[in-house]
Amino acid sequence: MAIEVRDVNKSFGTTPVLRDVSIDVESGSLTALLGPSGGGKSTLLRVIAGLEQPDTGTVMISGVDATRLSPQRRNVGFVFQHYAAFKHLSVFRNVAFGLEIRKRPKDEIRKRVMELLELVHLEKMADRYPSQLSGGQRQRMALARALAVEPEVLLLDEPFGALDAQVRKELRTWLRRLHDEVHVTTVFVTHDQEEAIEVADTIVVLANGAVEQVGSPAEVYDNPANPFVMRFLGPVTEIGGSLVRPHDIEISTTPTEGATEATVSRIVRLGFEVRVELEIAGQEAWVQVTRGFAERLALQPGDTVNVRPNPGSRSLALSAV
Amino acid sequence: MAKPRLSRWGLRTLALVYLLFLLVLPVGLIIWRTFGAGLGPFFDALTSPSAVHAFQVTLTVALWAVVANTIFGIGASILLVRHRFPGKRLLNALIDLPMAVSPVVVGLALILVYGRYSPVGGLLESWGVQVIFSTPGMVLATVFVSLPLVVRAVVPVLEELGDEQEQAAHTLGASRLQAFRRITLPGIRSALAYGVVLCLARSLGEYGAVAVVSGRLVDQTQTLTLFVEERFQNFDQPAAFAAATALALIAVITLLLTKLLRPKD
Repeated sequence: MAIEVRDVNKSFGTTPVLRDVSIDVESGSLTALLGPSGGGKSTLLRVIAGLEQPDTGTVMISGVDATRLSPQRRNVGFVFQHYAAFKHLSVFRNVAFGLEIRKRPKDEIRKRVMELLELVHLEKMADRYPSQLSGGQRQRMALARALAVEPEVLLLDEPFGALDAQVRKELRTWLRRLHDEVHVTTVFVTHDQEEAIEVADTIVVLANGAVEQVGSPAEVYDNPANPFVMRFLGPVTEIGGSLVRPHDIEISTTPTEGATEATVSRIVRLGFEVRVELEIAGQEAWVQVTRGFAERLALQPGDTVNVRPNPGSRSLALSAV
Repeated sequence: MAKPRLSRWGLRTLALVYLLFLLVLPVGLIIWRTFGAGLGPFFDALTSPSAVHAFQVTLTVALWAVVANTIFGIGASILLVRHRFPGKRLLNALIDLPMAVSPVVVGLALILVYGRYSPVGGLLESWGVQVIFSTPGMVLATVFVSLPLVVRAVVPVLEELGDEQEQAAHTLGASRLQAFRRITLPGIRSALAYGVVLCLARSLGEYGAVAVVSGRLVDQTQTLTLFVEERFQNFDQPAAFAAATALALIAVITLLLTKLLRPKD
């Protein structure tokens, strides 16, 4: 295991932010800490880095108890949401920082820094200053800087959170490819479930300072441990007292076994998919279907249809409230 | 909205006349009187042994005060911005105290604590350290009156800088000292220089507190400001005006320096 977190508790004042958190991160994996803001995921990452001290519990990095080690001695790479670029240093000196601190020979530093700048596609920007870079470039520089010291683990705190949607998507794919190349154990924090599903091998869902579920993206999406995880990982709707994914619902104009009667209240066309809004016994629900399917059924607001969860899909029974 | 022509011109004239009588006329007259008899007497007056000595005393006192306030200023700023501790608000308020207290009061208070007949002063005297009527006392007085300048220049910049860069440096293997030297110090450099120059200007021009604690001993504890006053009282106007002009010139130079160094926002 690259990282083992055991029974970590942490409070800010009287507010608990981490409650008995235990996670294992496998060597060479790419793990996402996913959860709503205020769920404690950034704090957990900072506890792993040594930037915060846990009140109780232990953190092991590569088999060594690092709980009381300063961040300086943990050999972790940390990437901040707002880059934390050293503004007075050039891109080259930013990346070289950790190596200069370690007093490596000049030639070695130059070689390593240029390699890393090539890896993050910034080799032509070596002499620029952070203020002359775009957000995406700054974040790639920060990543190269963190990788320069060959860290045991790479920790990224909402790395793409400050970037606009387009750059975000590009960097996401790029991070995945980079990880396949470099293989350093990586943990990143995000509140974007799509980002977590697309990039990570393992997702840790955190809410209210506690781990809700750990698993591969497919596991947490298809077999959510509880309604919270199911809601957080993707769209849900409620049919017959169960939570169902709206794309896992069969809809037909003829009565079917186990189906519920519903009235179509609205039809919204969103490009290739169509959102059919329904009313079932006074409750609102919706179903996601393809455009072709919707056209074949020729649904109109006011129609009565029969809906039931796909036999193969998983739904979560909601206990009566 | 355009103001009526009359009131606009009226305001301008008023401001100019105000500054003329308050600033331009007095300083201009001093310079005119100084150089009225040419450059020769000016240099003669400034190179007399007493004047040279006063220069030396002023420089010594000001330099020590600047060194002390720079070190204290950086330390106090980091303490105020980066740390949380009980009594922080009190420290913050105390730092501004010298702005409110009259320098003469500062001088008297220092005599009460460090004078020969006080316990602290007596103890120091028994170790051979004379504070009052000597350089240490004058440095203390100057440090006191110029205390807030470095802190107040550095604190806002340190706040804006944030601590993420320092944290990044730590995760990259930098010790506290390395992070301070390589990251924090360059980040606050221009604000620090601005505060130091302000502090220097204030220290060079200090009169009240130094007048009290120095005992005004000619050729011993006489600073340039005290020299101006003493020469003037003794009807040696050329020397008084020459030294006054020198002080004004130093002030103008430091003012220009602060303009150059003022952190851009």
